[in-house]
Amino acid sequence: MAVTEERKTYVGEPVARKEDARLLTGQTRWVDNLSAQGMVWMAVVRSPFAHARIRSVDVSAAGDAEGVIAAFSGADLREEWAAGLPCAWPCTTDIRTPDHWPLAPDKARFAGDGVAVVVAETRALAKDAAALVDVDYDPLDAVTDVEAAVAEGAPLVHDEFPDNGCYTWSLQAGEVDRLFSEAAVTVKERYRQQRLIPNAIEPRAVLAEPTPATGGITLYSATQIPHILRTTLSMVTGIPEAKLRIVAPDVGGGFGSKLNVYAEEALALALARRLGRPIKWVEERSENYLATIHGRDVVQEIELAADAEGRISAVRVRLLAAMGAYLQLVTPGIPILGAYIYSGAYDVQGYDFECRGVFTHTTPTDAYRGAGRPEATYAIERAMDALAREVGKDPVEIRRLNFITEFPATIASGLEIDSGDFHGALDKALGMVGYDELRSEQASRRDRGDRMQLGVGLSTYVEMCGLAPSRVLRALKYVAGGWDAAEVRCLPTGTVQVIIGTSPHGQGHVTTFSQIVADRLGVDVDDVEVVHGDTMVAPLGMDTYGSRSLAVGGVALWHATEKIVTKARTLAAHELEVAEEDLEYENGRFTVRGTDRSLSVAEAALHAWTGHNLPDGMEPGLEATHVYDPPNFSWPGGAHICVVEVDTETGAVHLRRYVAVDDVGTVINPMVVDGQVHGGVAQGIGQALFEEALYDEGGNLTTGSMLSYIIPSAAELIDLEVDRVEAPSPTNPMGVKGVGETGTIASTAAVVNAVVDALSPYGVTDVDMPAKPERVWRAIQEGGAR
Amino acid sequence: MKRIAITVNGARREAEVEPRELLVYFLREGLGLNGTVVGCDTSSCGACTVLLDGESVKSCTLLAVQADGREVTTIEGLAENGRLHPVQQAFHEHHGLQCGYCTPGMVMATVSLLQEHPDPSEDEIRHLLEGNLCRCTGYQNIVKAVRAAATA
Repeated sequence: MAVTEERKTYVGEPVARKEDARLLTGQTRWVDNLSAQGMVWMAVVRSPFAHARIRSVDVSAAGDAEGVIAAFSGADLREEWAAGLPCAWPCTTDIRTPDHWPLAPDKARFAGDGVAVVVAETRALAKDAAALVDVDYDPLDAVTDVEAAVAEGAPLVHDEFPDNGCYTWSLQAGEVDRLFSEAAVTVKERYRQQRLIPNAIEPRAVLAEPTPATGGITLYSATQIPHILRTTLSMVTGIPEAKLRIVAPDVGGGFGSKLNVYAEEALALALARRLGRPIKWVEERSENYLATIHGRDVVQEIELAADAEGRISAVRVRLLAAMGAYLQLVTPGIPILGAYIYSGAYDVQGYDFECRGVFTHTTPTDAYRGAGRPEATYAIERAMDALAREVGKDPVEIRRLNFITEFPATIASGLEIDSGDFHGALDKALGMVGYDELRSEQASRRDRGDRMQLGVGLSTYVEMCGLAPSRVLRALKYVAGGWDAAEVRCLPTGTVQVIIGTSPHGQGHVTTFSQIVADRLGVDVDDVEVVHGDTMVAPLGMDTYGSRSLAVGGVALWHATEKIVTKARTLAAHELEVAEEDLEYENGRFTVRGTDRSLSVAEAALHAWTGHNLPDGMEPGLEATHVYDPPNFSWPGGAHICVVEVDTETGAVHLRRYVAVDDVGTVINPMVVDGQVHGGVAQGIGQALFEEALYDEGGNLTTGSMLSYIIPSAAELIDLEVDRVEAPSPTNPMGVKGVGETGTIASTAAVVNAVVDALSPYGVTDVDMPAKPERVWRAIQEGGAR
Repeated sequence: MKRIAITVNGARREAEVEPRELLVYFLREGLGLNGTVVGCDTSSCGACTVLLDGESVKSCTLLAVQADGREVTTIEGLAENGRLHPVQQAFHEHHGLQCGYCTPGMVMATVSLLQEHPDPSEDEIRHLLEGNLCRCTGYQNIVKAVRAAATA
């Protein structure tokens, strides 16, 4: 009889995080906690003007100041660069890509654009000296609003690009014009995605540590993308890639804002090379607001064509998307990430999408949690409610009428959704929230003219993440691949070292990935050591963004464990002197069928390490690497329902309930997944109700600190009710999907639909985000009814 | 420069500091206690929260010289004999942290909160933690952890 061992399994369990012990006790390695022998500090001098010609930069007073080692203008450093800061997503063949140097040599193009740099012995002395840099600016007119930027006679961000146009990207499928002309009903809506500031609580920071004798440099950076940085910063600085080591130590949140190649990373490297000393820079929050990428800033028009019942036949979308002053790593591609899903979870034949990218005198936009897909979901989900009003149907009914129900499903834009359960998610969410009771309460509040009106908002979404098959990325003109890698090393004493190519900064990869390996190889979760975020020890990877880590990196890890099992099986058969087919594998142990003779993976690892008795031709060692390129995007979906009470006298919106039912495929750690949903929804609620980056007419960021840019605190949020349906992805062996962005993607529409729903008796059909009390109050006054 | 003496995590520490030096930088760079972190310039985020004579303060809002002669407790001083403080333990068990950057401040603020309000309601917790921002968790599991620590 085979030995049956009682062994705990981990996948699907809320295993408490292995990451926590250090983080809870202050034994952390944030970049700002690191120092190096002989380290000096960098401070960046930033333009106070949104648009100005730089007549001259005088760094002499700064250079003479106490403790100052060097000071440089943008022109001084021009020869340091082998290339400008990269844009990896030139999404059309005729895209206009401006020069983007780490310091602006001749013209500042947004308030916060770096124009000079100072290096001094301490943080304070560097900052003191930066104030002594004398820049002679010739201020010019600026334009910060995306619609104003395309108007006749607008100030140009780049003189060589008339009309501030960056690119026009379009996608057409089906006979859209005919479908619109034949439609019984059409709705046309216009929405504004306000500019957002990501606000990872850890500001960015870098430490560049050179070894002058070899020409090697190690860059510690608070980044999501150590691997991409190594390649791109080598191109920018000319430091050979093999001499460049990038370390992302503990990283305090990213949300896309640390998915970039930043000027300060290039400057620290160049100055470390030039001065032969370790250079450190830590961003201040006010600097973060100016110099770290922003999100959203898109004006959307969406049109639906439908029959009299509300069955949609076609969707037409026009976007004006602000790029900001320059193209950062994936700036132009952000709207494209949403471009394929403006038809939502619905069965549509005709699709017509066009996006114009536009330069403005503002901080560049780029990926912020959800990146293009929150915008798309907001537009279609708001428009679905508009259509429901138009045809006199309930928002639930209009969605049910249009849901895609059979999978795999080719959607209007041409992509294929692998799996989903839209009805199932909606059913569950409606049950959890008590939809019918809420509608009765709403009716009675309306009847009695209650000051507090009730609103219920739905968002039934599907999104594409994981980013993506490399061939598809090529077709989209993204310059890199979409694969990721994992290596599993079974050590001779029974523990397992796992080296991953993703780079977590809060997502819990160490725990989740340990759970996968523990189950696959039959070891304790604590006997798996997960290593990441250092290009010297984890050289192969594509990092963490776009909800890709589990759906791509985790699947790579699964395949690596499969290779381990395959090799261990050969070894076990050899050791036990049986045929491989006679072995059963369970809980990390190969047992000869019908006997109690067995060999564990751990024992195989020891045999593989000694190499004393290996089959002919087998390499010693039990380790395997797998590089996985996904065959499709990952397609999470679900139903979110928000319930609000709106104070019709003050315009204040009170969150009462929030229900999220998501399909994120197979769940490895439900506790971690719930946490991702909580955080994502909180950020989406932030966009819907509180957050907004604003510029004044001169191009100054008027929401320049946490005092004026409202990040929700615990007091603004409520307990979310989170549940799931599971439609495992058939495209990977674990059935997993991404989860990191579902919250921001689904939630803004649910919240704003709820606000509009509450105010429908007042004739209100739209409220711009963020739905602040004043804005809501004005909408009520202008609504006209009652 | 001014000479100061502060009792930090039970040990008396003396040093010469610049009058403009913030307490948080004295702790981090002067004493090497870099568990306490800086998240903003405006005393908004609370990541730098420590206890001053047992009460929570934002250490980026205080000069080191203002702490002269007083007692400071930081995140490093919370666990005793390698055993997590009940608040730390509750944050671990209830997944009250993701990236962990706001965590030292959030934990210290919670220790202070529970001293003043030993049995807070969920609503009270949400309002009492208003001065500590987290961008990862949506606060849901933080609130749960605080409730759990209150009953631990």
